[in-house]
Amino acid sequence: MKLSNMLLASIALAFAAGAGGAQDMTDDMTLVSWGGAYQASQQKAYVEPYLADNPEVSAVWDESSPEAVAKLRAMNEAGNITWDLVDVVASDAIRLCDEGLAMEVDHDEILAPAPDGTPASEDFGDLIVSDCFIPQIVYSTTFGYRSDVEEWGGNEPQDVCAVFDLDTFPGQRALEKRPINNLEWALLCDGVAKEDLYDVLETEEGQQRAFAKLDTIKDQTIWWSAAAEPIQALADGEVVIASTYNGRLFSAIAEQDQPIKMLWDAQVFDLDGWIIPEGLPEDRLARVKDFLNFATDTQRLADQAAYISYGPARASSAPMVGKHADLGIEMAPHMPTNPENAKNTILYNYEWWADYRDDLDAKFQSWLAQG
Amino acid sequence: MTQQAPHDDFVVFDRVQKSYDGEILVVKDLNLSIARGEFLTMLGPSGSGKTTCLMMLAGFETATHGDIRLGGNAINNIPPHKRGIGMVFQNYALFPHMTVAENLSFPLEVRNMGKAEREGKITRALDMVQMGAFGGRRPAQLSGGQQQRIALARALVFEPELVLMDEPLGALDKQLRETLQFEITRLAHNLGITVVYVTHDQTEALTMSDRVAVFDDGRIQQLASPDTLYERPENSFVAQFIGENNTLSGTVVELADGKATVRLDSGDVIATTAVNVSAAGDRTLVSVRPERVEYNVERMKPDAFRLQAEVLEFIYMGDIYRTRVRVAGNDDFIIKTRNAPDQRRLKPGETIEIGWLPEDCRALDA
Amino acid sequence: MADVTDATTARRAPTPDDAARLADSDQSGPMLAADGRPLKQSLQRALRREKLRALMLIAPLLLFVLVTFIAPIADMLFRSVENQIVGNTLPRTVEALADWNDDAEELPPEPVFRALFFDLFLAAEAKAHTRLGSRLNYETTGISSLFRSSGRRMDDVAEPFQDVLEQADPQFGDGAFWYRLMTGEGDADTSLLNDQRERLAALTREGMGGDIGFAPSAEIAALLPRAAREYSAFALFTARIDNDVVAEEDPWESVYVALALDLQDGGAERVQSYAGPGADALQAAAANADQLPVVDFREAFIEVDDGWGDRTNWETMKTYSPPFTSGYFLNSVDLQLTADGVEAREENQRIYVMLFQRTMFMSLVITFSCILLGYPVAWLLANLPMRTANLLMILVLLPFWTSLLVRTSAWKVLLQQQGVINDTLVWLGIVSDGGRLALINNQLGTIIAMTHILLPFMILPLYSVMKTIPPTYLRAAKSLGATNWTAFWRVYFPNSVPGIGAGSILVFILSIGYYITPELVGGTTGVFISNRIAYHISSSLNWGLAAALGTILLAAVLALYWVYDRMVGIDNVKLGG
Repeated sequence: MKLSNMLLASIALAFAAGAGGAQDMTDDMTLVSWGGAYQASQQKAYVEPYLADNPEVSAVWDESSPEAVAKLRAMNEAGNITWDLVDVVASDAIRLCDEGLAMEVDHDEILAPAPDGTPASEDFGDLIVSDCFIPQIVYSTTFGYRSDVEEWGGNEPQDVCAVFDLDTFPGQRALEKRPINNLEWALLCDGVAKEDLYDVLETEEGQQRAFAKLDTIKDQTIWWSAAAEPIQALADGEVVIASTYNGRLFSAIAEQDQPIKMLWDAQVFDLDGWIIPEGLPEDRLARVKDFLNFATDTQRLADQAAYISYGPARASSAPMVGKHADLGIEMAPHMPTNPENAKNTILYNYEWWADYRDDLDAKFQSWLAQG
Repeated sequence: MTQQAPHDDFVVFDRVQKSYDGEILVVKDLNLSIARGEFLTMLGPSGSGKTTCLMMLAGFETATHGDIRLGGNAINNIPPHKRGIGMVFQNYALFPHMTVAENLSFPLEVRNMGKAEREGKITRALDMVQMGAFGGRRPAQLSGGQQQRIALARALVFEPELVLMDEPLGALDKQLRETLQFEITRLAHNLGITVVYVTHDQTEALTMSDRVAVFDDGRIQQLASPDTLYERPENSFVAQFIGENNTLSGTVVELADGKATVRLDSGDVIATTAVNVSAAGDRTLVSVRPERVEYNVERMKPDAFRLQAEVLEFIYMGDIYRTRVRVAGNDDFIIKTRNAPDQRRLKPGETIEIGWLPEDCRALDA
Repeated sequence: MADVTDATTARRAPTPDDAARLADSDQSGPMLAADGRPLKQSLQRALRREKLRALMLIAPLLLFVLVTFIAPIADMLFRSVENQIVGNTLPRTVEALADWNDDAEELPPEPVFRALFFDLFLAAEAKAHTRLGSRLNYETTGISSLFRSSGRRMDDVAEPFQDVLEQADPQFGDGAFWYRLMTGEGDADTSLLNDQRERLAALTREGMGGDIGFAPSAEIAALLPRAAREYSAFALFTARIDNDVVAEEDPWESVYVALALDLQDGGAERVQSYAGPGADALQAAAANADQLPVVDFREAFIEVDDGWGDRTNWETMKTYSPPFTSGYFLNSVDLQLTADGVEAREENQRIYVMLFQRTMFMSLVITFSCILLGYPVAWLLANLPMRTANLLMILVLLPFWTSLLVRTSAWKVLLQQQGVINDTLVWLGIVSDGGRLALINNQLGTIIAMTHILLPFMILPLYSVMKTIPPTYLRAAKSLGATNWTAFWRVYFPNSVPGIGAGSILVFILSIGYYITPELVGGTTGVFISNRIAYHISSSLNWGLAAALGTILLAAVLALYWVYDRMVGIDNVKLGG
C-alpha cells in the first residue's frame, strides 16, 4: 500500500512538473452522479451555465453514485482519487464521512449565502446532516397506485395504511428490498405514533411487531432493488401500489401519462447532495470549490426544479421554483416539500439508521429469506 | 475360382436406386446377387456409389427405390440393429471408453447373452485374431493394426452370417495391409461367412475376392471373378481401372466372328478381339496389357501383330523391366518384360519392333 | 508374412524408456554420455535450458495471473481475518483492557477510560474514530454513533483542566511556550518520539518519518511522561498531517489533560527541582495542582454518552481487539464471537448457511437444466450440416450479445403475472385469470433466467466434444445389435461425458458467483450468497465479512472440484477435441 502510494505520488509529481508547475485551478472535473433524468437536471441547471462562464473548464460525468461508497473506499485504498465531486444520498454521505473518505467542509466558507445575506449554513439549516454533506435536493420515498383497479370498487388509497389493507385494496405491492422506510411504515400502520417510531424500533419487541405487520402482506409483495422496477411494474399492472421516489412517479404520471396517482401520506424525506472526496490535491480542490459555490447557490437550486420534481435544499430557493422546462406546468404543487403534500411526513433518521442498519438489515434479509 | 459356385441369392439388390437430393441418382438401377459364403468386393473410385450400396445393405441408408433382400426377406424396413450384419469400419470405430473385452462383449450383451457364454465367445474371437492377451487394454493403447483386428473380432463375435467391411485397411501401411488382407480372407473362408467388402484399392480387390463388382457412376460396370476382370474387361473403364493398361484409339473397319479389324488413328490397321463394339465404323479404344506386349523378336508368336515403336524410357525394376515407348502416336505405351538372362535392355531413342497376339488385344467402347 | 504380430509392436523405435531400462540393467554403473558425465546429469543439463526458455515464454502470463488473480485472492484471504483497526486506533485502551476481567459484572477500571480518552482524542483529530465505530457496529449495534458523538466531545472533557492551567500561568495558552517547554535542554528522547511515529503511522496510514522540527527532551519526558507523549503526538500530527510549524501551533486539549494528570501523579513534586525552559510556569502550575479538577474519566465518558456505561460495548471492544479475528468467518456461518466465546446467532439473524445451501442447490439445479436443455441442442449442432449449424450457433450465442438490462426487461415482459406467457396461458384457458403462474421474482425466475444466460457455456464445450465423436461409433453400435437408445446411452453418451463435465464446471462456477440476475428476478427466495457479498462490498462496506463469505465460497468450489475429480476424474474434462 505504502509503496503504491509513493509510486503514485511520484507519478503525480512528474505529471505536475510536466504540466509546467503548480496551477491555481485545474480545468478538468469528474462529477459523479446517478445518470438519467436527475443527472440531466444537474447538467442543465448548473453544469452547462458554469461551463458557459468558464469555457476553459471541461466536466466529465461518471454515473457511479449507486456504488460511490465502495468505489471511493477502493480509490482511497489504492491512493488514487479520480473523482472530484460525488453526488450521494445523505446516508451515504454520513457513511463516507465516518470512514474518512469524504472531506469535512465549512459550509459558510465555501457556499454562497442566500440573496438576502443569510449564511449558507442557516439557509440549508437542518439539512446539513453531516459535516461532509452539501445538500442539493429533498426527495421523498412515497407511494404511487394505479387509478384503474377494478377490484377496489372505486376506492382509492387515502393513507399509507392502504398498503397493508389487502381487503380493501387487493393486488400485489412493490416495496424496496431493504428495512429502511418499510419498518417505519409497518409500525405506523400498527398504531405506533410517529414520534415514538424509533424508540419502538430500537426494542426487540418493536422490531418483531414491524416484521409481523409486514408478514401480513409478504406473499403479495414484490421487492425491488432498482428504482426503475416499481415504476415498470405499476405501468405493466403487475403491482397496484408501489413505493418509489417521487420524481420517478412524477415523470410516469406527468410525462408518460400512465394511469398512476400519487399518495403523499407518510412520505419519507431524504436528501441528496455533494461530497468532496478526501485527499484531493490543492488545484483540483480549488476548482471543485469554485464550482460548488456556483452550483449550490439559491438560483441554481431553484432552476434544477424546472427539470425534476425534487425540492431545492435551500430555504431561499423555494419561492423561486417555476414551471417545468418542457411541460410548462407549475412545479411547486409536485414538490414533496409543497405544504399540501407534506401534511404527514417522516424525515429519514440518519443517525439512528447508521447504528441499526447492519443489525436490522441482517434481520430483514433473514426475514425475507424465510418466505 | 468360385465363378461357377451356385448362386443361392443370399444377398440380393433388386433394381435398387438411391438419391440424396432428389435430383441426382448416386446409385442407378443396381442388380446384384451375392451367394452364401461368397467374398464379394465392391470396387470403384470415390463417388462411384459403392459405399452407399454398403450402407443401404447395413441399414444406415434407405433405398430410394427397389428391394434389398437378405436370405430371401426384404430388409428395406428393418432397422440396422435387427439385421444381424457384422460391420468393420475404416477408422475401426472401437468404443474408446471400453476395454477390448468390453468392446467384444457389447454385441453379446445387447443380445442378452449370459456372462459365461459371453466370456467363452470373447476368448475365442480374440484368439481367432491372435489378440488373446489384449482383452484388458483400451483401444487407445493399441496400434492401428491391432485395433483393426479387434474391430474384426468384434464384428465376428456374435457370429453374423454376413459381414460388411468398409475400406477396413485404408488407414494402414502397405505391409500391414497385406498381412491383414491375407488374414481376413483366411478367416472368412474358415468361418464360411459371407463378406461384402468395399475398397478403392484394386490390388486388394483382386487378391481377396471371389468376385469383384466394379462400380462407376452409380452402376456396376462389371461383376466377375478377379481373373476374368483382369483378363477380359468388358469395357474400357474396367480395363483402365483394373491393372495397368495400354489404349490405342481407332475406328472399326471390319467386324466378324468376334474379331474386329481396327484402323488406328495413326493409320495402322490391327486385328483385335471384338468385345464392346457393335458395327463397323464405331470408334473404339483398343486395350493391350503391358505384359502381353513383346519386343524380343525371337519370342514373338508367329501370328503376332507387329508395330514399329521408339523407346522413350527404360526402367529397371528388379523383377521386371518397364519400358515406355511411342507407338501409333501414343507416347504412354508401356511394356513390361520379365527380367530374364536372355532379355535385352533397351536404350531410349532406339527403334524397335513390338508385337502382341490379337486375342490379347480387345476392342472396347470409346 | 505369417508372423501375426504387428510390425508396429515388433519393430518399435527405441524410446528414452529403453535407454533408462538399459541403464538400469547395466550392472557396471550409471550410463555415461560421450563426454564421460553420467547420462542423467547430461540430460538434465540439456533440459534445463529448455525449461528456462519455456519459463521465459510464459513469464508475462504468469506475472499477469499473479497480479490479477493470485494477489486479489490473497488479499481477500487476508481481509477475512484482518482486524488491525481496533489495535491501531485505540492501542493504549486495548493494552489496558487486557487486564480487565470481562467475566466480572463491572465496567473496566479507570485506567482503561483514561487510556480511551487519549486514544479517542487522537483518533478524533485523525478522523479515524468514526471508521472504528463503523467497524465495531457490525458486531454491536450502536457503537457507530457512540464513537461519532464521543469523538466530537472529547474537548468538553478536557476543558476544566485547560482553564485551571492557563489561570496558573498564562504562558500555557501560548503554543510557542509549549514548544520551548517540551524541547527543553539536553538530550532528546528519540525513542519516545519514534514510538509515537509508529503509533501515528498506524493510525493515519500516512508516512511519519523525517525531521519534524521537534524532539521531546529526555528530562521533560522523565518529569512529565504523559504530557511529553501527547505533545509528541500533537507535534507529529501538526508537522506531517496539517503541514504546519509545530512551534507556532497551540497544543491540543489532550496535552493539558496529560500535564494535569502528570502533576497530580507526583509530577508536582518532581518539577520543583526542574530548572530548564518554562520551569517557572511548571512550578506555578504545580503550586496550583490542588485546584486541578479530579476527573473521574469513567463518569465523564458516561456523561458524554451512556453507551460507555454499557458492558456489551466494552466486551465487543475487548473481543475484537486482537489484530486478527475469526469473527468474520463465524459471522459467515451464522455464529458470532462474543466475550463468552463462540455462540450461535439469534434465529432471526441467521441467513448465511441457508444462503450457501440455496446457492449450491440452485446452482446444481441450473447446471442440470443446462445439461438437459443444452445436450440435445449441442447434439443437433454437431450433427447438422455446417450452414444450418452456424445459424443455430448464432441463436445459441444470442444471449451473450444482449445487454443484461435488455435481457432482464425481456424476462419481465415474458414471465411476470401480467406477462406474455401468463396472458397466453389465460387466453388458451389453461390457467384462470386469478390463478396466473408466478414465474418470476422467485426461485423459478432465477432458474429460468440463469439457465438462459448460462446455456451457451454448456452448449459450447458439449458441442466441441461431440464434434470429435465419430458418427461411426453409433453406426458400429447399431450394427452390433444395439437399439438407438442403447447405442446412445452406452456408446455416444459416455464419450460426451467430458463435455458435460467441462460444461457443468463452467456453468456451476459461474452460477454460484452470479448476483445481478438473481437480484433482479429472484425475488426473496431466488437470491444467492453472492447477493449478500455484493451488499457487504458496496453498501454496508463490511469488506471483512464479504471476504470471509467469498473465501468460504471459494473453498466450497475447490471442495466440489476435488469431489468431481474423485468421482469423474478431472482429466475427463474436455473443452474440445
